[in-house]
Amino acid sequence: MSSVATDMHHDHDHEHHENNNVFGFWVYLMTDCLLFASFFATYAVLFMNTAGGVSGKDIFELDFVAVETAALLLSSITFGFAMIAAHKQNKGGTLLWLAVTWVFGAVFIGMEIYEFHHLIVHGNGPDTSAFLTAFFSLVGLHGLHVTSGLIWMTILIIEVMRRGLPDKTVTRLSCLSLFWHFLDIVWICVFTVVYLMGAL
Amino acid sequence: MSFLGKLSIEAVPYHEPIVMVTLGVVAVLGLVIAGLITKFKAWGPLWRDWITSIDHKRLGIMYILLALIMLMRGFADAIMMRTQLAAATNGAEGYLPPEHYDQIFTAHGVIMIIFMAMPFMVGLMNIIVPLQIGARDVAFPFLNNLSFWLTAGGAILINLSLGVGEFAKTGWVAYPPLAGLEYSPGVGVDYYIWALQISGLGTLLTGVNFLVTVFKMRAPGMKLMQMPIFTWTCTWGNILIAASFPILTAVLAMLTLDRYLDFHFFTNDLGGNSMMYINLFWAWGHPEVYILVLPAFGIFSEIISTFTAKRLFGYKSMVYASGAIAILGFIVWLHHFFTMGSSANVNAFFGIMTMVIAVPTGVKLFNWLFTMYRGRLTITTPVLWTLGFMVTFTIGGMTGVLLAIPGADYVLHNSLFLIAHFHNTIIGGAVFGYLAGFAYWFPKAMGFKLDEKTGKAAFWCWQIGFMLAFMPLYVLGFLGMTRRLNHTDNPDWNIWLYIAAFGAFVIAAGIFFQLLQLFISFKNKEALKDTTGDPWNGHTLEWSTASPPQYYNFAVIPHIKDIDAWTDMKERGEAYQKPEKYAPIHMPKNTSAGFFMSMSFTVMCFALIWHIWWLAAVGFIAGIAVFIKRCYTSDVDYYVQVDEVETIEAEHLSANAKGVNA
Amino acid sequence: MSIRNLSKLALATIVLLLAGCSGGVLDPKGQVGIEEKNLIILCTILMLIVVIPVIVLTLYFAWKYRASRDFEVYTPKWAHSTKIEATVWSIPILIIIALGIITWQSTHALDPYAPLEDKGEHMTVEVVSLNWKWLFIYPEQGIATVNELVIPANKPVSFKITSEGTMNSFFIPQLGSQIYSMAGMETQLHLIADEPGTYKGISANYSGAGFTGMKFDTIATPTEADFDAWVQKVKSEGGSLTSENFTQLAEDSENHPVTYYSTVSDGLFHEIIMKYMKDHGSMDFYGKPANAATGVKAEAMQHKGHHMGVEE
Repeated sequence: MSSVATDMHHDHDHEHHENNNVFGFWVYLMTDCLLFASFFATYAVLFMNTAGGVSGKDIFELDFVAVETAALLLSSITFGFAMIAAHKQNKGGTLLWLAVTWVFGAVFIGMEIYEFHHLIVHGNGPDTSAFLTAFFSLVGLHGLHVTSGLIWMTILIIEVMRRGLPDKTVTRLSCLSLFWHFLDIVWICVFTVVYLMGAL
Repeated sequence: MSFLGKLSIEAVPYHEPIVMVTLGVVAVLGLVIAGLITKFKAWGPLWRDWITSIDHKRLGIMYILLALIMLMRGFADAIMMRTQLAAATNGAEGYLPPEHYDQIFTAHGVIMIIFMAMPFMVGLMNIIVPLQIGARDVAFPFLNNLSFWLTAGGAILINLSLGVGEFAKTGWVAYPPLAGLEYSPGVGVDYYIWALQISGLGTLLTGVNFLVTVFKMRAPGMKLMQMPIFTWTCTWGNILIAASFPILTAVLAMLTLDRYLDFHFFTNDLGGNSMMYINLFWAWGHPEVYILVLPAFGIFSEIISTFTAKRLFGYKSMVYASGAIAILGFIVWLHHFFTMGSSANVNAFFGIMTMVIAVPTGVKLFNWLFTMYRGRLTITTPVLWTLGFMVTFTIGGMTGVLLAIPGADYVLHNSLFLIAHFHNTIIGGAVFGYLAGFAYWFPKAMGFKLDEKTGKAAFWCWQIGFMLAFMPLYVLGFLGMTRRLNHTDNPDWNIWLYIAAFGAFVIAAGIFFQLLQLFISFKNKEALKDTTGDPWNGHTLEWSTASPPQYYNFAVIPHIKDIDAWTDMKERGEAYQKPEKYAPIHMPKNTSAGFFMSMSFTVMCFALIWHIWWLAAVGFIAGIAVFIKRCYTSDVDYYVQVDEVETIEAEHLSANAKGVNA
Repeated sequence: MSIRNLSKLALATIVLLLAGCSGGVLDPKGQVGIEEKNLIILCTILMLIVVIPVIVLTLYFAWKYRASRDFEVYTPKWAHSTKIEATVWSIPILIIIALGIITWQSTHALDPYAPLEDKGEHMTVEVVSLNWKWLFIYPEQGIATVNELVIPANKPVSFKITSEGTMNSFFIPQLGSQIYSMAGMETQLHLIADEPGTYKGISANYSGAGFTGMKFDTIATPTEADFDAWVQKVKSEGGSLTSENFTQLAEDSENHPVTYYSTVSDGLFHEIIMKYMKDHGSMDFYGKPANAATGVKAEAMQHKGHHMGVEE
């Protein structure tokens, strides 16, 4: 009898905690949003301060960034598929879509690193002007977030492989999915404010 | 680059007697404490019950302990500054050359705001808020422990700077370009950056944690508009934390990039813009002062209503007024630099917005007044602090509105008038509030009351010392004395500088009485014991628990029907009733992960300060590894069994039966 | 009786102490400072209308409703009164409305960037804060000084202010407003001395180790003729200030002695600003530098200095 009662409590408590986790993660995302807002504001102030060096027009290659953007946007969709599979307790499907998402994310980061490397070797590093400082920081901050997301995803992939999809794991996947979609939205802003407005 | 980066034996200021004597004293004290712990075989309990504890009440006590220690450190800085200025008049040099003095005023500001006031506030919030809303702990107990140790890590860093290297010589705001690499090439600013960054992260996590706690874990029946007023003001404070600390994180990160990787956010050359730092810094810095003062307002409200044995007048007004202060606090940051050359329209706008804050603040004062009206006020130590606050803070508020008028600020900006003003609000508002809360909730946290006589003596020394120390600064501001001067050469100023220094010593007597109070109270703790759990006939739920509270807080979560939930229960006769049956209680287990994670990050920060890159990498990876390991530890909780709950509750209930009989 | 006398005495002492101490912002010697002093006094009185009753009521209620006076009315459940709440919201609102109107008007009247009205033609002085001293360039006279500012009394002065490195604040307490000096941009301040005399000038923003010594005397000469005589003195005594020896002057030094320069290389002030300003934005945003008149450019920079504080 008593063990049954305990178990009921158990479930109730856990549900309670998982609820807190998702809400807490939302609040965290709001704070992250303000972190990005600060860097956006900084970029808006500094983007004309090129110190006689290159401006956005000179260095942005929209075709390249469009591919990068497509990779990230697609990864958001595939993460959505992963979540649908996870809610259906479909372990194989979840893993497959997570892997696809991971690859898209990695492509995005790879392209970003290539872009940064390209700029730096051509003498347009973040130490050359306030514009480039702000550019590298804003885009780099987003890149750091995506990288952390990839590391997190790697860990969760291992978790799903080992443990399957208990509630706790699904909650974690939900948080990561929130994070991932959030980064997508931030990237759309970066793409618009930095690349589109800079190149036009 | 050598193995230890920029670190060498030269970093220890062994040629500076003041620093070395201080370090000696600290070392001796540390050894004595370590010796005592060993003697009483307390290392084990210290580790198991405190350092690794995720109990919000114990973390709260540790926060307050940290705050008190840092109060001593920050106050030592203050005394040195006041004596230097009293000694260095008429062109005399005094005993602190700029090299040393400039570090002291920077450290004083940082320590008092970030490592005294913040931990004090967070400590009280930790102990009380979960109890007031009828929760068994915060939403994320592990995170709470992590937050504490991150804050402690920052405190460790800032104190290390005393003996290893130097601290920033920039003022606590660390404006570039002065704080940039060109004008501050030493490690001082790096200590500043990392100490603030790591403790700021801790604060941000606390803010998120308590927001979730308050929104998700209130006892059944408790509507938002039935939360105790202290919980409300803390919630507004936490909203401000969540909204403003990311800006601090960002601006510190930018300064870091400028200093470490030759970026150009704030440099003079290559298009950097230092005005942006000033804007971002105060976009955090101004809300920060409301983060400090709003919970203090809540404390005063609780105290006034408890000790007048009356309901708080205008509860709704109080909640809305706090919200108005919180929101307005976000759109006034420009008043910190009216003299930067913004247009008249902009300055006037920010000036008027600042003044508007006086409206909700004034309403609060009136509401406290009308809470006293037709009450039965018992003049205890917490009440004295509250009355002292109401008088002192009103003056501080008035000078604040004066400074908000750009035309007046043009001559008072950066003067000692400003210094007097913000000490008037931060000491007279926040610190008096925390000390009031300390005296008020001490029996709840520790199980016995504080000695009243020494408590009152402490209050009078603080109050009189405060007036003596800061009223002269208003005069000095009018006489044209600016802040951060190392020595003066104006005979008209001398008398005021002497009075101010004397006032600082009177405050020192106040601090002495507080230590004495703690000592005496610990000695007489049997006589001062609070057996009922409700020593003041309180209104809110924290008084329904034992003192100190059961580690699970509530055996049965109460159903809430009123703002003054505990008064309501007492009146209905629901208080101290044994429930039909108890259920097992789900509790989290203590963990060392928060401690190890924070210490790894502290090591990383120290390594970054001294450019020991390999150690920074080790610290970072270790911290992350501890975190990931913690995420995959399944043995994190347990159930308190019914018989244990029964024993503990029976004790509390029988103590109250005795209390009622006596 | 005696209490009243005592308080009178105390008040008189405070007034005497404040008035007796010359040299502060309550002892202004110029129109801007006088207006600011009056503003401070007016607003303080307005606020005391609420502040004094609050303090008195606090102490009175604490005394009247203390627990031992158990014959007083006691209403433990009374916690709301629409009438009282309406009053306590409206009183501060009314006062803040009054203060707000005063603030709006005074902020515009005292705008440091606005030339002083009805005072005639302004004299220009260019101010540069250096670590840790003040350089004053007199473009109309072609001379420069360090740590001494001389102006004729009753002549409005237009200060154009910049910094070579760290941020400082240019402040002569007895004449009125202060304004920051910042590298790579120009801020402005308009002041006048109504009486001849020597007024202390300081930096009101901490800028490093030698900050305390960043003091200068502001000497307001009785007549313009006296000022001209001083200019002649500088011209005969001083050395010359060129871009080259400016670099030397700009090096860190503490408690720098008063120094005169009989000549200043043309556009030195502009050069100091442009050293960093050139990196801010593409120049065509502010007006084409190649063929634009200097005036246009100066105005453009002025615009920038004026508004950058809020661009964020």
